[in-house]
Amino acid sequence: MTWVIAVCGVLLTIGVGFAIVRAEKGPSILDRTVALDIVVTTMIAAVALYAAIERRTDVVPVLVVLSLVGFVGSVTVARFASVEPEGEGRVRTREEVAAEDAARREAEEEAERRRISGTDEENGGGAEGEVR
Amino acid sequence: MSWDTVADVASAICMLGGAFLAFAAGVGVLKFPDLLSRMHAGTKPQVLGLVLVLIGLALRLRSGGAVWALVLVAIFQMLTAPVAAHMVGRAGYRTGKVRRDLLVVDELTEDLEEAENDDR
Repeated sequence: MTWVIAVCGVLLTIGVGFAIVRAEKGPSILDRTVALDIVVTTMIAAVALYAAIERRTDVVPVLVVLSLVGFVGSVTVARFASVEPEGEGRVRTREEVAAEDAARREAEEEAERRRISGTDEENGGGAEGEVR
Repeated sequence: MSWDTVADVASAICMLGGAFLAFAAGVGVLKFPDLLSRMHAGTKPQVLGLVLVLIGLALRLRSGGAVWALVLVAIFQMLTAPVAAHMVGRAGYRTGKVRRDLLVVDELTEDLEEAENDDR
């Protein structure tokens, strides 16, 4: 049993070491996220290995917590890293909302007026106007 | 040879398998050239490796309550790993982290172009 523990420990340590090297080198933030995800998963495996060696059942809740925390971390970073359209994620002030509403209403009225005047002047308007 | 010994040996084999997959993920994430292949390497310990380690732990603990908590861990991981991978992959695609010269097929780009042509 002892050599099994030793081999598992060495494999986990080397794996986590490589993952940390990638997290340090990683050209983008997403590469680092993937690498740190592997670090968390290896940590879960290491805690499970410890629990198996000592036959301890009281560290099992730690495994539950770690598996949830790793997920939250990588999703948050991915949301942060993805590009959004300019100004999309910002909460607007009351004045800005009012200004946008006014601009939209004005545009609608303008379109309506043009449609009515078009039917009057051009006798039904062009075919193009109906398609739109 | 008693059943306890058999369970311990099976547990040791599962533990070794899980640890080897974690090691393989470390090597893969260090050596692979772009984000998608690194994600591919990173998924190995997240699902199969973790399930192997948890089976090993369950075989070693052999008590009801703890085994149910371990099943819970495995279910959590299986529910959350696809979500996280989807988010990371989408963010990578949108910010241009995908290396097109390494892809054999790229159905997403084809479909996006097709949808754009349909709009016009």
